[in-house]
Amino acid sequence: MLLSSFAGKNYIKMAEEKKLFKVKIDNISVEVEPGTTILNAARQIGGEIVPPAMCYYSKLQGSGGKCRTCLVKVSKGSDADPRPMPKLVASCRTTVMDGMEVSNITSPEVLEARKGVVEFLLLNHPLDCPVCDQAGECHLQDLSYEHGADSTRYEFKRRTFDKVDLGDKIKLHMTRCILCYRCVYTADQLTEKREHGILGRGDASEISTYISQSLDNDFIGNVIDVCPVGALTDQTFRFKNRVWFLKPVDAHRDCENPKCCGKTVLWMRGNEVFRVTARKDKYGEVEAFICDTCRFDKKDVKDWIIEGPRKIERHSVISQGHYVNTVKPKDALVEVLDGRQPKLLFNIHSESQVNRPDIDLSKIHGPAHSDDFKK
Amino acid sequence: MQALTNRAKAVDRRPMTFMEKLYIPAIAKGMTITFKHIFHRKATVSFPEKKRDFSPVFRGLHILNRDEEGRERCTACGLCAVACPAEAITMEAAERKPGEENLYREEKYAARYEINMLRCIFCGFCEEACPKDAIYMSETFAPANYQRKGFIYGKDDLLIPDPKEGK
Repeated sequence: MLLSSFAGKNYIKMAEEKKLFKVKIDNISVEVEPGTTILNAARQIGGEIVPPAMCYYSKLQGSGGKCRTCLVKVSKGSDADPRPMPKLVASCRTTVMDGMEVSNITSPEVLEARKGVVEFLLLNHPLDCPVCDQAGECHLQDLSYEHGADSTRYEFKRRTFDKVDLGDKIKLHMTRCILCYRCVYTADQLTEKREHGILGRGDASEISTYISQSLDNDFIGNVIDVCPVGALTDQTFRFKNRVWFLKPVDAHRDCENPKCCGKTVLWMRGNEVFRVTARKDKYGEVEAFICDTCRFDKKDVKDWIIEGPRKIERHSVISQGHYVNTVKPKDALVEVLDGRQPKLLFNIHSESQVNRPDIDLSKIHGPAHSDDFKK
Repeated sequence: MQALTNRAKAVDRRPMTFMEKLYIPAIAKGMTITFKHIFHRKATVSFPEKKRDFSPVFRGLHILNRDEEGRERCTACGLCAVACPAEAITMEAAERKPGEENLYREEKYAARYEINMLRCIFCGFCEEACPKDAIYMSETFAPANYQRKGFIYGKDDLLIPDPKEGK
């Protein structure tokens, strides 16, 4: 009791002087501003020691503390009070103290706890990655691949919900939701009117628009980018293609909306724009939010000024087939043939029914159906 | 010249002896080897009448599987296409409409599915990658064809017949 009050006084004194706090995370020291969370201090160091986060989103106020994947062990509370914290703490919600020592990947206890958290997150999560449009850029996929167990021990029926259309542009698969609340904060903070939230408690809780009110706002499309799983997906991109067959390019346009930055990533195949998303950093958080006009309505290359290919991390499946620094060898055939073009024996488009030049899948609103292919 | 190995032998250029000049023992030796092979097992089979057994891991022509109710198993997840080293597989997905539940197993299915047999190297990675047990490699060869366009296999070539339709 006496010690803690002393530590409190010490904290106030230091905050006045704007002294930086010295924290040690996995034996790496870093000096951060008072009031920084452990997670953000770890992000200042960067690299492997950054705890994964499913619900925390630095661009959204009040996010974090829901998913428990960022649990870390505090082995020394502070210089003033060196006692360790009795339980693992959520690093996105715990602020640093001077002289705090934190262990993340160096603590087997943390890794074990994280494995348990992943198992809990996957309890009700369906194994429909082959169908899900988020596959390949899903944080839960990455998290369970890196930290999870090989198989589930859960034997009971998983909770299921019907699919819901939130407006005509956003599809909600409540079955896949891990209740991170990110979309709720996004809708709350980016749009004037809050229209959706979480109904029910515990196992029965559910993202809903309440009486199926359709979401219609200039920035509501950002809930798609913010969702760490495939619960909220782009209806205009639904089932069109897998993300790893598309080529992401950085692009921008002058958006009429003053709040929209207009800087996006176009997911292209040939000259078709299949999907428009905001630019995401290495923690999967958008750099700046974009408006719905940019996201849903500008599906033409002419609308955009293309800056160049987006850099994708080498370990991501999206980087497959993206060859960098390649040199195309000169085709000597035309030269050898005295300028005559070689006779093409077989043009694949004359026989193949896939990727037909006369059908633009990206132009269809919503997913393609059997009648789209019968034309 | 320096020999690469020490196994090289100089050619014997001495004149032949009388026994060697007769040639008859050498011919007899050769003929015994020839006649011995008549009683050996034949290395070939007369193909269309007799077919050789394949190894259980033989990787032949692809098929697209159906489930026990005759619905297509493929959900167009694209894992076979991403695993394919020859980039032979392409597909286009569609959403199942209400009323099509008896045709497709999942809400998403491959409306178009193509394997370019000119590119395929029969490595079996597609079969290995498939999470839905949809693509299998059967124990038959891809048949020969006179034209290249005959090697573009679409869904009608690959899908196994619906077991319910046969009845």
